[in-house]
Amino acid sequence: MKNRIDMNNDQKIQVHEGAAGTHEVLHTGNGHGNGHGHHEHKQSFVSKYIFSQDHKTIAKQFLITGIIWAVIGALFSVLFRLQLGYPEESFPILETFFGNWAKGGRIEPEFYYALITMHGTILVFFVLTAGLSGTFANLLIPFQVGARDMASPFMNMLSYWFFFLAGVVMMTSLFVQTGPASGGWTMYPPLSALGQANLGSKLGTDLWITAMALFVISSLLGGLNYIATILNMRTKGMSMTRLPLTIWGLFFTAILGVLSFPVLLSGFILLLFDRHLGTSFYLSDIYTAGQALPNEGGSPVLYQHLFWFLGHPEVYIIILPAMGMVSEILSVNSRKPIFGYMAMVGSLFAITILAFLVWAHHMFVSGMNPFIGSVFVLLTLLIAIPSAIKVFNWITTIWRGNVRFTPAMLYAIGFVSMFISGGLTGIWLGNSTIDIHLHDTYFVVAHFHIVMGVSAFFGMFAGVYHWYPKMFGRYLNNTLGYIHFWVTLVGSYLIFWPMHYMGMAGVPRRYLDFTIWKSFNQFNDLNKMISVVTIVVFAVNLMFVFNFFYSMFKGRKLRTQNPWNANTLEWTTPINPGHGNWEGEIPEVHRWPYDYGKDGRDFIPQTEPVGSNESKH
Amino acid sequence: MSSIWIIIAFLLGFLIVFQIAKASEYVSILKGEERARNESNRINGFLLLAFLIVGLFGVWYCNHTLQDKILGEPASDHGERIDRMLYITLAITFIVFVITQVALFWFAFKYQEKEGRKAYFFPHNNKLELIWTVIPAITLTVLVGFGLYYWYEITGEAPPNAQLVEVTGSQYKWEFRYPGADGKLGKKYYREINPLKNNSLGQVWSDPDNRDDIVASQEVHVVVNKPVKFVIYAKDVIHDVGLAHFRMKMDAVPGLPTTMWFTPKYTTREMKQKNGDDFEYEISCDQICGKGHFSMRGVVIVESQAEYDAFLSKQKAQYAIAMEAENGNPAVPSPSGDSTQTKSTSISAVTTK
Repeated sequence: MKNRIDMNNDQKIQVHEGAAGTHEVLHTGNGHGNGHGHHEHKQSFVSKYIFSQDHKTIAKQFLITGIIWAVIGALFSVLFRLQLGYPEESFPILETFFGNWAKGGRIEPEFYYALITMHGTILVFFVLTAGLSGTFANLLIPFQVGARDMASPFMNMLSYWFFFLAGVVMMTSLFVQTGPASGGWTMYPPLSALGQANLGSKLGTDLWITAMALFVISSLLGGLNYIATILNMRTKGMSMTRLPLTIWGLFFTAILGVLSFPVLLSGFILLLFDRHLGTSFYLSDIYTAGQALPNEGGSPVLYQHLFWFLGHPEVYIIILPAMGMVSEILSVNSRKPIFGYMAMVGSLFAITILAFLVWAHHMFVSGMNPFIGSVFVLLTLLIAIPSAIKVFNWITTIWRGNVRFTPAMLYAIGFVSMFISGGLTGIWLGNSTIDIHLHDTYFVVAHFHIVMGVSAFFGMFAGVYHWYPKMFGRYLNNTLGYIHFWVTLVGSYLIFWPMHYMGMAGVPRRYLDFTIWKSFNQFNDLNKMISVVTIVVFAVNLMFVFNFFYSMFKGRKLRTQNPWNANTLEWTTPINPGHGNWEGEIPEVHRWPYDYGKDGRDFIPQTEPVGSNESKH
Repeated sequence: MSSIWIIIAFLLGFLIVFQIAKASEYVSILKGEERARNESNRINGFLLLAFLIVGLFGVWYCNHTLQDKILGEPASDHGERIDRMLYITLAITFIVFVITQVALFWFAFKYQEKEGRKAYFFPHNNKLELIWTVIPAITLTVLVGFGLYYWYEITGEAPPNAQLVEVTGSQYKWEFRYPGADGKLGKKYYREINPLKNNSLGQVWSDPDNRDDIVASQEVHVVVNKPVKFVIYAKDVIHDVGLAHFRMKMDAVPGLPTTMWFTPKYTTREMKQKNGDDFEYEISCDQICGKGHFSMRGVVIVESQAEYDAFLSKQKAQYAIAMEAENGNPAVPSPSGDSTQTKSTSISAVTTK
């Protein structure tokens, strides 16, 4: 008991030290006048832009790194869509770039499998985990809870640099002779454990595991920091029930990550042991490459349990920050409070709990006991209830609002649409009876791309368009934003909607050529159409990337502190906030963040004290 | 060459769009922010409505063009259950899909910003929230109920008269073993695998049950209207026995035998008559297993009992093939004394029952 108290004290002291540190920075900033970023010439270039401990800079680092990875990951999908859309054609340009991997301009099977594996890994982890929650947790948590920086700015910096290092290792794996990992992003052993069974399972997989281990460290350092900051560093008056839903989303995300990533890491470590130390955690009764292996008694299904214990929470790690941001953006642009704030928090909480109890629905046909499967059917379909509550509440938030279609708002509406479409097919797949037929078919591809790929991207885009002015003091170009949105929305539906039909026909995932099949070759025209749309959507998203970097330097400048007339605290900071965010005292909070359209007033910022004759709700 | 032209076309298109975007930004500054916002609001509001209408039409059109290319008639009793479950779920989710998507886009269009419109301050309503918590809960209970009822029927014990066949996946092929006249599959042990000695499955020759087991590859024969039970193995990595027409699927896991059973309803010949001569019941590998994954194809031949018996009587037991090849005369297998052998007996005793 005494030990525990001591520990708590230690923690408190650390937090205070952190806070004091940031105060100091602030004071030096003040000493130079109005405290705008460029006045802080105490900091060298390296400490300001590279090894920065400022949460805003770290957020930008995460975002820009994420964008680079997104372009690479999406480019991979364009390459394998070329193969799927035009299996008979050869593209000499591919041989120019990829040499032996695309002999005669045709993608080799090993190359195809490397592409889909890296596409999945990059987008799930590097873009939609680090790029999405890394960016917005760093940017918004200190801003919206009213803190000068994270609880531990140094740990925060480490979090980015571990992510960067993970990226370097993953990038290296693309250039080794035997190719990068190619066993699918889930990296199931024995395929991923046996170099003799799969070229990509040689050095490529070691690098893949190393990169992922570094990535797990990064997300643990980040996650602990986010939780500590939200719990300990809220400004005066900012009770938990006055937090914007963005913060709630990021808070639950961090909890999910902290509790589930270590399990993934342990799974990977056992895989490394099996690969190099002769252990048999996952290996048993294997005869490969003309040789019986000595391993007996292991179970490949064990790996699947360990993997999906993270793997499923992972999809909520991806989607919860997007949900939080979308809630905030819908409310701001409808000029209406978010409908059912407590229900929104409650459903986030319910999703977080259930996220840990549904992992085995990925394994209905893995050889797992059918009785266990049935328990997971029940728990999985339960998740539809909080999800439904969220959707209905979002729609009611728009109802009788006064809706402004900023690009961010359009993306938020697109998010809800995508989440509905993808969420409903989850009810199909979560039911083990239907999953028998649809498992590992294009139906699954359609489902998870819509519900966590496209949706999460829409949430991320909404966030970028909405908070870009806060990040860079300039606006993104609106017209490019609108074109970006409409083409991406229509394109995403065109790409993924018909895939449901392919899945119902039983077309398996991860096939690069259907010519020998009698049951699966009826979709050639469809595949062509999907590939063409993919290329168009990719091009339009490159245009977004251009818009992003161009507007950083040439975008329309922000002239007001609060461009969207929003209530939350980040809009009370200067247009270009320095390290420490607020020039004077941190503002005090007197109300929840969603007083829009109350008592005939368009908006009432959180910092405004509650008036004596104000109506209650 | 054409790819270069496509890239050039994209670049040109981009340049044009970029110039327009820049110009429209200047225009909006000249017009004033308020007016520019009203204008873009009207356009986007209209587009949202148009997207809803065209999108719903697109859903119909997609269904119209593709519906003949998908499910087809389920060819097994379990397949019928699975399709029924699928259609129940489709009906429910489609209703929810239409209601929510229409509400989302219609409200967005209808309540777009207009001068004089005031947003309605509506922070919560417990009754409403209770309603849309309880209704999904009830609906899902129904779906779970149906789902589990079918699930237990499908994954339950196979009927005692089921025909037993062993399926083994290995990098990129399927092998099958029929138990022969005794109805029992002999023991096997993976260290006995030796394709050079005609023992590709690792059968333990000292087990008398193995004497009449028949081994075949790529094609498996089963009897129409008679339950068939597959015992599924993998030699190297995880594979998956995918039977799209029967709506069945089960992983093949090294070291962990799995099972699946179903009753085929139509013979291959009947299906050819219905669907054209090109028809075949195919086995697809549905779990990524390496570079040849996409070509790991097998075939199920469903036939009458008489045809099946005729087929089987023509096959030679693998034991005979192996022993003949060894030294021309069927040798008596060495007595199993070493440790590996005893271990194998215990493993396969559990697995083949």
